[in-house]
Amino acid sequence: MAFDSLSEKLQGVFKNLRSKGRLSEADVKAALKEVKMALLEADVNFKVVKQFTNAVTERAIGSDVMNGLNPGQMVIKIVNEELVSLMGSEVTDITFGTGGAITTIMMVGLQGAGKTTTTAKLAGKVKQKGKKPLLVACDIYRPAAIEQLQVNGKKQDVEVFSLGDKEKPVKIAKEAMDYAKKNGFDVVIFDTAGRLHIDEDMMNELESIKSNIDILNTILVVDAMTGQDAVNVSSTFDEKIGIDGVIITKLDGDTRGGAALSIKAVTGKPILYAGMGEKLSDLEQFHPDRMASRILGMGDVLSLIEKAEAEIDKDAALKLSKKVKKASFDFNDYLLSMEQMKKLGGLSSILGMMPGMNSSQMAQLEGAVDDKKLSHIEAIILSMTPAERENPKLLNPSRKHRIAAGAGLDIAEVNRFVKQFEQSKKMMKRMPNMMGKGKGGFPFPF
Amino acid sequence: MAEKITFWQRLIKGLTKTRDNFIKSMDYVFNGFTNIDDDFYEELEEVLIMGDIGVRTTENIIDDLKDAVKKEHIKEPQECKDFLINEIKQQMALDETSYDFENKTSVVLVIGVNGVGKTTTIGKLAGKLKANGKKVMVAGADTFRAAASDQLKEWAERAGVDFVGGPEGSDPAAVVYDAVHAAKARGVDVLLVDTAGRLHNKKNLMNELSKIGNTISKEFPEAYRETLIVLDGTTGQNALVQAKEFSEVTDISGIVLTKLDGTAKGGIAIAIQSELKLPVKYIGVGESIDDLEKFNPEEFVNALFYSE
Ligand SMILES: Nc1nc2c(ncn2[C@@H]2O[C@H](COP(=O)(O)OP(=O)(O)OP(=O)(O)O)[C@@H](O)[C@H]2O)c(=O)[nH]1
Ligand SMILES: Nc1nc2c(ncn2[C@@H]2O[C@H](COP(=O)(O)OP(=O)(O)O)[C@@H](O)[C@H]2O)c(=O)[nH]1
Ligand SMILES: [Mg+2]
Ligand SMILES: [Mg+2]
Repeated sequence: MAFDSLSEKLQGVFKNLRSKGRLSEADVKAALKEVKMALLEADVNFKVVKQFTNAVTERAIGSDVMNGLNPGQMVIKIVNEELVSLMGSEVTDITFGTGGAITTIMMVGLQGAGKTTTTAKLAGKVKQKGKKPLLVACDIYRPAAIEQLQVNGKKQDVEVFSLGDKEKPVKIAKEAMDYAKKNGFDVVIFDTAGRLHIDEDMMNELESIKSNIDILNTILVVDAMTGQDAVNVSSTFDEKIGIDGVIITKLDGDTRGGAALSIKAVTGKPILYAGMGEKLSDLEQFHPDRMASRILGMGDVLSLIEKAEAEIDKDAALKLSKKVKKASFDFNDYLLSMEQMKKLGGLSSILGMMPGMNSSQMAQLEGAVDDKKLSHIEAIILSMTPAERENPKLLNPSRKHRIAAGAGLDIAEVNRFVKQFEQSKKMMKRMPNMMGKGKGGFPFPF
Repeated sequence: MAEKITFWQRLIKGLTKTRDNFIKSMDYVFNGFTNIDDDFYEELEEVLIMGDIGVRTTENIIDDLKDAVKKEHIKEPQECKDFLINEIKQQMALDETSYDFENKTSVVLVIGVNGVGKTTTIGKLAGKLKANGKKVMVAGADTFRAAASDQLKEWAERAGVDFVGGPEGSDPAAVVYDAVHAAKARGVDVLLVDTAGRLHNKKNLMNELSKIGNTISKEFPEAYRETLIVLDGTTGQNALVQAKEFSEVTDISGIVLTKLDGTAKGGIAIAIQSELKLPVKYIGVGESIDDLEKFNPEEFVNALFYSE
């Protein structure tokens, strides 16, 4: 693939960068030239790439090179941070009507972008929220567009409003609103025909729907594989009819999806959802930060950086996970992993990194350990003798009393900790599978 | 409907408005520079990338240009333009056998990712062949997408050709089997097979394509085979990956590049031609039945580099 060569080239550039301490202009320029190419290969619009790399150049020159990173990696670290801040970090949803107002959503976009499919997917999502959605067939042009929506509506068990293909979309939309009001629908989603942003008549049609109906959410549906033109498309739709949010489709493919960045950069509008497949359940909340690293496409470099940032000693991690498996995990290991965890920036950030962790497990773990408790735990372990640390079984009531006195804590707290330690050990046996491979597989014993 | 002007006229007309950015920058590259220097090449590189040509192909084009500049003692940026146009034109040229299937007993398999315009292209192609006096049949082997077969049926009606299909969820290879036998029985000249859109990274769906291909080979070995991959002209670098991955499961004989009536430049076709040697045979330039044109490399490249 074209990108492999770029990645290799990038590695080559890193090797040639030797400056220590601060990033020199030459370092930054050399690394950014390759970053620029990588972003272009990902289909980020050329102008966006240029603006972006200029901004990063300014920030990067003179920055300190972090311990454990070479200058090239340091530049990538800065690039990634800037990308994330450009994409935004917040997850955004559609706007729901307040005070009994109907939530209106109009889907717009180019031909074949995925509007009709996404309309049905979205209906499923709002239904899950306890709403009663109505789908409106406003594509009167494409052959069998109405049937497509009807079939999908049936699959989702959601009603579809249609006046056939002989009435104007504005009229269909107006009558659909009356119908929705009379029949207690609280969300109305309009599926419109695909159109080119330069097709004036068709763009006027959308405008007139908007001027006749109070559309709360105008959603631009964009194919993730879109190239340089994404900028023209999204800015024209935004200027002519005004968009409130974006849904990116077909992200289940292997495209790097640079269009998402271009669109965000030129419209500033949030990307709400990502289409992840053809099934009607394949619609996911969009995570801007994850998209940023997908676009940059340097997962290997990024995880390297992450590791350096956390200063995780791979050997220690390995040793620990082996111990976990053999259940020979002791208080020394516990202490060690606590230190690692501190370096990673606290408990909640680690829990957030763990794939497969569900919210109730999260809550349980967060309840079990807060930062104050952590310092108590540290004190308890430090008050143990080396033999006790290695062999938790030694802890009898009199030893526990001694430890409590040494740590300046109540005996109850020591008991609670030891009990929790045993529980964690059991839980940890299951943990290694829950933890992502890419994150270093470090076991956190809580 | 307004008088029928060719796509190329439209394109060039459109170029002055909607393709302004690209054209302006082309003008800028060729006219704004008096010397062929690093700045010139850098600017040119950027401009080509803006046309979705892609980084690697752009670099190749520029390397060739640099060689030519040395060998042929080119001094003027303007001469570079002539060189580039010629070079790309030659590369995109089709050979004489490209449209043979139109005049043979043939089966045309139309493949591609979701939403690129496969069904529409089949409708247009059916209309075109029918107008040329051919007996045409279309087969709806997209049994997956909601109402896909209704969509194709409607196009068959518009084109005035036969339709064979199967219920949603049925085996696409079975539809193809039925269609092949119906086509043979009815003495059809060209059988056009519509398939479901599939992303090239979905292995089971790609395997399904080979299965369809096998059915055709087995049931209709004497038919001339044509396999067209439909690529959306708006797509960026992923179109190259699509072409590559689909080539792995079927022998692709040509590309249909759609939606060129928009503002996208379709430059990725140049990259695909240069890396995979797959020719663009048709372009889609709208949603009506006659919005399909044979690919004309000369006009394509002229349009790409057009300046007032
Ligand atoms: N793989 C994948 N396919 C998708 C996704 N979303 C939509 N599709 C497919 O893309 C194609 C086009 O989707 P449609 O929903 O018909 O698109 P549209 O924008 O309504 O198209 P027009 O009405 O023709 O303009 C169909 O084959 C869908 O099944 C997605 O997230 N992933
Ligand atoms: N503007 C434009 N739209 C096209 C073109 N070809 C197809 N389309 C539209 O693109 C959408 C998807 O086409 P369709 O044939 O259903 O794609 P398929 O999913 O690949 O079969 C439809 O709305 C078509 O009308 C074209 O050349 N130009
Ligand atoms: Mg649609
Ligand atoms: Mg289709």
